[in-house]
Amino acid sequence: MSKSNAKKKSTSSMTRKQILDMYFMDARCKLIDIAAFLDRVERSEGRDDFRIKSFRKAIDEVIGNKKNKARRVLLSLSDPTSKPIAKAPGKGACGAWPGKS
Amino acid sequence: MRYIEPHAHMVSRTTDDYQAMLTAGCAAVCEPAFWAGFDRGTPEAFYNYFLQLTEYEPARAAKFGLPHYTWLCINPKEAEDPILAREVISFIPDFIDKPNVLGIGEIGLNKNSRNELKVLEWHIELAAELDQLILVHTPHLEDKLKGTKLILDALKAHPKIKPDRVIIDHVEEHTVDIVLDRGFWAGMTLYPESKCTPARAIDILENYGTEKIWMNSACDWGISVPLAVPRTALEAKARGYNRRWIDKVIFQNPVNFMKQCKKFKKPDA
Ligand SMILES: [Zn+2]
Repeated sequence: MSKSNAKKKSTSSMTRKQILDMYFMDARCKLIDIAAFLDRVERSEGRDDFRIKSFRKAIDEVIGNKKNKARRVLLSLSDPTSKPIAKAPGKGACGAWPGKS
Repeated sequence: MRYIEPHAHMVSRTTDDYQAMLTAGCAAVCEPAFWAGFDRGTPEAFYNYFLQLTEYEPARAAKFGLPHYTWLCINPKEAEDPILAREVISFIPDFIDKPNVLGIGEIGLNKNSRNELKVLEWHIELAAELDQLILVHTPHLEDKLKGTKLILDALKAHPKIKPDRVIIDHVEEHTVDIVLDRGFWAGMTLYPESKCTPARAIDILENYGTEKIWMNSACDWGISVPLAVPRTALEAKARGYNRRWIDKVIFQNPVNFMKQCKKFKKPDA
């Protein structure tokens, strides 16, 4: 993880209890949605593709005491290469890197 | 509450949206040229779009008493065709002195291809030549990190481009630091599904401070929320931030960036 000069001392305007009061139910709802999504995928016919493989890998970034989890998830879903590609294959992005280019 | 919507595609929105934005305290709206959801495809279509952005839309906004500003370019989604891009760029100077044009934008990359990069460099050259501000679109999702780095390198490579006069839009947690570290302004886009949610945008402000950063709804023809900025301000208020803190992010910061263009008038709000 690169060190950044822009990074100031992180602040929070609220106590942990206040943050939990404000955001816990919303986060709980999203967590259950993710669990149900994985159940749905696993119930379905067919094979995993790069998107769900990337998704499972990204979940590893959420677990444990690592800091900057949102940033870690975004990095793990990103194209890690650095050279421009020869030609745009289309216009859209799908949210995970297919792993070639 | 007063706020500036620094990035909205009002040609895709209704008069109800204008009224709702004004009701929520919007004091000015700024509209970068963008992709229509389909390819415009011809220089003539772009010419007409620039007329819409510089004549029709500001007149429509004025009916609601809302100052309307714009940015001109050929968007990165249509930059895979350099011949078309060349021609569109050739008539941008015809529009650049219109009273509501703030600069060149939203230029950038989409799939990070060689042609997109070439067209980006042409736009950067044009902005330098005409001494214009720049508003940059960074790519979506998995392409954002790489695209942001390529864009920053292209901007830094031009000797006449001053980072203070460039805003890099659609930053997220994995790109905000490289943008601010290199002296550019950063924009956070508040979208329901991609880019930033209100909660994450406030987190980013807590982690990186409130200097040289703004928020926008980037509302367009897709799933987007024209009132995303004032709603995020309400969420910041619920998190204990006072009026001054909120006003800096949603009003003063956009004013401070855009007033670098003499045509931008600080709204009397
Ligand atoms: Zn846009």
